[in-house]
Amino acid sequence: MRSSEVTPKWLYVRRREFLKLGAGSALALSLPAFARAKVEHGPKLAGVTANAQYALPEEKKNSFEDITTYNNFYELGTDKSDPSDNAGKLQTRPWTVSVEGEVGKPRKWDIEEILKSFPIEERVYRLRCVEAWSMVIPWDGFPLADFLKKHDPTSRAKYVAFESVVQPQMPGVKGYAGIPFPYLEGLRIDEATHPLTLLVVGLYGEALPNPDGAPIRLIVPWKYGFKSAKSIVKIKLQETQPPTTWNQYGGGVEYGFYANVNPDVDHPRWSQARERRIGELLRRKTLMFNGYSEVASLYAGLDLRKFY
Amino acid sequence: MKKALVPTAFAACCVPLLWLALQAATSGLGANPVEELLNDLGYTAFVLLALTLACTPLQIVFGWNWPIRIRKLLGDFCFFYACVHMLTYVVIDQGLDLKAVATDVLKHKFIFLGMATWLLLLPLAVTSTRGWQRSLGFRRWKRLHRLVYLAGGLASFHFLLRFKTPRVETIAWMGVICVLLLVRVVAAARRRAGMVQSP
Repeated sequence: MRSSEVTPKWLYVRRREFLKLGAGSALALSLPAFARAKVEHGPKLAGVTANAQYALPEEKKNSFEDITTYNNFYELGTDKSDPSDNAGKLQTRPWTVSVEGEVGKPRKWDIEEILKSFPIEERVYRLRCVEAWSMVIPWDGFPLADFLKKHDPTSRAKYVAFESVVQPQMPGVKGYAGIPFPYLEGLRIDEATHPLTLLVVGLYGEALPNPDGAPIRLIVPWKYGFKSAKSIVKIKLQETQPPTTWNQYGGGVEYGFYANVNPDVDHPRWSQARERRIGELLRRKTLMFNGYSEVASLYAGLDLRKFY
Repeated sequence: MKKALVPTAFAACCVPLLWLALQAATSGLGANPVEELLNDLGYTAFVLLALTLACTPLQIVFGWNWPIRIRKLLGDFCFFYACVHMLTYVVIDQGLDLKAVATDVLKHKFIFLGMATWLLLLPLAVTSTRGWQRSLGFRRWKRLHRLVYLAGGLASFHFLLRFKTPRVETIAWMGVICVLLLVRVVAAARRRAGMVQSP
């Protein structure tokens, strides 16, 4: 036998890897969908009042199961089912949120203090993901404006930066998620203090489940979901526009800083004109600012095609 | 044993379809079943395309002839899953809004690559029969069916763009497709060198 007829070792090893990979990924792809993780209900929150102004009676709310098993939370894994499968890998106690930067009264809060200090209201909001799906979710929280006011922002506070938690045992942090951590988000101060913008601590009247960003997260309902940072540990007020994770990604070609829901501005890889409401088969039209037209005045004179 | 090969491969190719039907019936497809269906069908078609492309290299490297006997079957099933995948996108995902589909194909390279792959597979599936092989002549038939290499390349880019960040899995699959094509290139170069050496 000529030596050229012998299978080269690299090819032989590759083939084995290939077979293993094939079988492995076929399993990985089908199993999570088959066994949808059950996410535990949190303890009931005390003294939650429903805010009738934001009740969205015309919309059908998504189920607890849908809201807790279909998530983007890369620290817990990049698949939609990973955050619920790995929910236990996020430790939510002890938990502190530090407020710093351009404020007269910086402070490091314990989460229990936050829960006691602000009256919690229920608001039903539409949530529109940049991936063109949406849900209707009853959040429990309080306006971010009320929280920020306690810290006396200075006149130089033009932007608010949010930082999400990084814990070494989180699978996305340990492995490869494709984005750097900590996850960073940011808003202009007028966006942050808009009455629609919430700090959320609960879902369906119960403490926020881990896949949804326990114990405290941001909700900005007129922006794509990724702007609403999860599991927040730091809030910094500053004069300059903060770098944000997806705006930095790929040299800024992927997402703009604003990321307002806008049916007329496509994502590089898909159209944003329509969306699939989770629970519905066919797509519906996406509304400008996700239907929250009251925020339009924030962007008067701004070219939303350029600042998307 | 030899007789069992084709029926066994046929049955194996039906498993993903039955599995998806079972999951759909038991709401095992999760919160966004359309997305899950698209992902699973596309992935199955891609794996079958890779398997189809693996038949010749397996013969070249290991001298196995049995993969060649199921190559047509694998290719046909690949096209079948690609059709269901594409139709799920057009009919269910896009609600048969053909204008939206056309815009999507032209504006977004992710969709363009998927549709281009399907279009490449179409003539190959149509002419995969012995009758077509005969009426085209083997040489021309073979030349036409080399389009499958391009389909493999386009499909792996389509798969890569499916995710917001490049994933280890999709990059590994690109590597697999590259190896499968490379084996052919090396074999062809060797054949040519051999021909030159022995007049």
